[in-house]
Amino acid sequence: MTIEYNPDDFKSTEIGPGYKSLLEVSDLSVSFVQYQKGLRQRVLKVISNLDISLGSGEILAVVGSSGSGKSLLAHAILGILPNNAICSGKILYKNELLTPERQKKIRGSEITLVPQSVNFLDPLMRVSAQVRTAVRQGNPEEAQKKIFRRYDLSEGVGNQYPFQLSGGMARRVLISAAVINGSKLIIADEPTPGLHPEIVTETLNHLRELTDEGCGVMLITHDISTALQVADKIAVFYAGTTIEITPAADFHGQGQALRHPYTKALWQSLPQNDFTPIPGFQPLPANFSEGCLFAPRCGKITSECTGSLPVMQDLRSGKVRCHHAT
Amino acid sequence: MQLEAKNIGFRYHQNPWLFRNFSLTLNSGEILGLKGQSGCGKTTLARILAGYEKTLEGRIELGGAPLPKVGYRAVQLVFQHPEKSVNPRWHMRDILQEGWQPDDELLARFGIQQDWLSRWPNELSGGELQRFCVVRALSPETKFLIADEMTAMLDAITQAQIWQAILELAKERDLGILVVSHEKELVKRVCDRVIELDSVHLERNSFIS
Amino acid sequence: MNQLNHALSLEEKPRKIIRFNRRQSTLITILSGLALLTAIIAASFLMSDEAIKTHFEARNLSPSWQHFFGTDWLGRDMFTRTVKGLSLSIGIGLLASTVSVIVALILGMAAATLGKTVDTLISWLVDVFMGLPHLVALILIAFALGSGAKGVIIGVACTHWPNLTRIIRAEVLQLRTSQFVQVSRHMGKSRIWIAVQHLLPHLLPQFFVGLVLLFPHAILHEASITFLGFGLSPHQPAIGVILSESMNYLSVGMWWLAFFPGLSLLVVVRVFDMVGDNLRLMFDPHSAHE
Repeated sequence: MTIEYNPDDFKSTEIGPGYKSLLEVSDLSVSFVQYQKGLRQRVLKVISNLDISLGSGEILAVVGSSGSGKSLLAHAILGILPNNAICSGKILYKNELLTPERQKKIRGSEITLVPQSVNFLDPLMRVSAQVRTAVRQGNPEEAQKKIFRRYDLSEGVGNQYPFQLSGGMARRVLISAAVINGSKLIIADEPTPGLHPEIVTETLNHLRELTDEGCGVMLITHDISTALQVADKIAVFYAGTTIEITPAADFHGQGQALRHPYTKALWQSLPQNDFTPIPGFQPLPANFSEGCLFAPRCGKITSECTGSLPVMQDLRSGKVRCHHAT
Repeated sequence: MQLEAKNIGFRYHQNPWLFRNFSLTLNSGEILGLKGQSGCGKTTLARILAGYEKTLEGRIELGGAPLPKVGYRAVQLVFQHPEKSVNPRWHMRDILQEGWQPDDELLARFGIQQDWLSRWPNELSGGELQRFCVVRALSPETKFLIADEMTAMLDAITQAQIWQAILELAKERDLGILVVSHEKELVKRVCDRVIELDSVHLERNSFIS
Repeated sequence: MNQLNHALSLEEKPRKIIRFNRRQSTLITILSGLALLTAIIAASFLMSDEAIKTHFEARNLSPSWQHFFGTDWLGRDMFTRTVKGLSLSIGIGLLASTVSVIVALILGMAAATLGKTVDTLISWLVDVFMGLPHLVALILIAFALGSGAKGVIIGVACTHWPNLTRIIRAEVLQLRTSQFVQVSRHMGKSRIWIAVQHLLPHLLPQFFVGLVLLFPHAILHEASITFLGFGLSPHQPAIGVILSESMNYLSVGMWWLAFFPGLSLLVVVRVFDMVGDNLRLMFDPHSAHE
């Protein structure tokens, strides 16, 4: 991965705890080199000009439909994109550039991932032993026992294999494995897929607890109701970029406080609201155009919209990428 | 016509019963919600009703007769993860037309673009794939549709698009639909009636302790 | 990623005119491998048998421009013998590995689809053959059928299927429980239709890669049992025969008798291995786009 940067842009201005900004992603683009029919290759841009920031003690929910590039953002931060990916832009962690070397060093300790399901665990290893293998410093057994006590996991659970865990237990094991090294930045990629509401709430509360201890949590989900349960800020993804960053509190009523037409449409299509969808679909990366990618589905489209991708602008304590934002 | 479960019971191997003496009637034109704790056997029940799994006790009847074992099935199931229910080595057109030949009007109602037909599954997103899976299951021969967390992995707009199209079609064709979901807002919105799968002996890991 | 950016930045430098992407270079490797093998077979047909007849006037010559690989104690040209031997080996290898792969495909699919009894029986057979040392089983079969090409081919074919059978059986078992296969049943499709339309496309990569990777095994085993005297008759220009005969002359300093044929065999085996590995890379979805 090459990250082009000017060293003057991000000299450490703050040192010590209480980073205002734990993670800052600016102008991130991710492309893939792919084979078309036969031997020709093409470069497919899947994430473009993406900006987000996350402070410690904060939960940022990244909300978008499948194919909007939200998981790729997580992979880019962790440095686990496949080999045919090309990255540009910059990712700052604790105000310092996150280079591939640094990513390798601190992922699993300072930055960690809470995966989607127990399928990410070794199916043939008891969970307590498995959690121990994640420990980087100190006595693994003690660390594992301590974290299991914290998440109310009995020794009996520790002796089980991943497939034996119930939905709620599995969530707790996955979180305990992720935070056992005292990580500061926790990326949860769809941590509650198709789970019962009570388990979802329990898992989200665990994430909230972690931010109370000073961690920053990035919650990646397609489900806006889940995000609203717990997030402070919500970044809405559409077709590979952020179109709006808003305080979670702005999702209320008819969505009048929201800025981007897509966010409003998303809010209104929820079953508890209008349940009336806007027509159309998110474009595929191969069909990305120059202008605003939401334009074909937007009621406010003008010639301005098709020309170039609107820039992110500040609006009412949030940000939006739209010429007609109100 | 009715899809009926009569005193059915099921368990995996020697594990505790997921449910026993469970009965349910789904009428044509009816949209029925099914709720229950996670791990209580909702998915298994959905599979049994659609004939993907054999019930160990009791029986399933479609219009008074056992479920047919050959031919295009009148009870179709749409799964939670569309990427698992399509063959990754098939083109979308072949996937769509595996059971019947949907016309362009139906494709348009479900927002399926013509140029998606020549693509591979891995080139489409989950929301787009699920539209194909739904249309594939909605031939004129389909009498009942079982939607097992059908839109749980999709964004709100796609979810609303798919459900609005299905509800409209259900009215036209007098389809019976079973909505298996833990999303109470969705169930409340689309269903005429809701039943809860009893959860007494259903804690999945009780057998371990 | 580093590699890729490196490659992409090279594109801008005019000095480097030809740059292949991974898929192109893979394809080139595969094609040149196949070209070499075809060339060997073609050459063996074009070369006359004159050179491998006895020429007492040209005995025990060391390698020269006239005789690339030297001549043996009967004055036979070793280059011609090697090429003809290799071509015979390739032929036997191709036949034996094709038979093995087809057997594996049929048994693997049968084990996974025809019920428990068939599965137990086939799994037992696989275990038996895998438990027996390869070469011992081979010698037994070749010996029982009488030496010669027939024994070798049947022997090699009968001993190389178990590994692939196991892989294909596991693959089919997994595919059978996959949702899209279950959906297909509910679309009213028959078992045979599903086997052909859904299962086979997933097995074809295994099939081709298995075919190519079995090849070197088959060739080496053919050469081994011939070397040990259970295989082809001494009159045939087989690599195993050449190597075993040359043993008697190594001590008198005629190194070329074993060196060049042995090296050629190594090269051919290596080429097959390379073709197989490259095919696997191309079929594997995880590396297909790199």
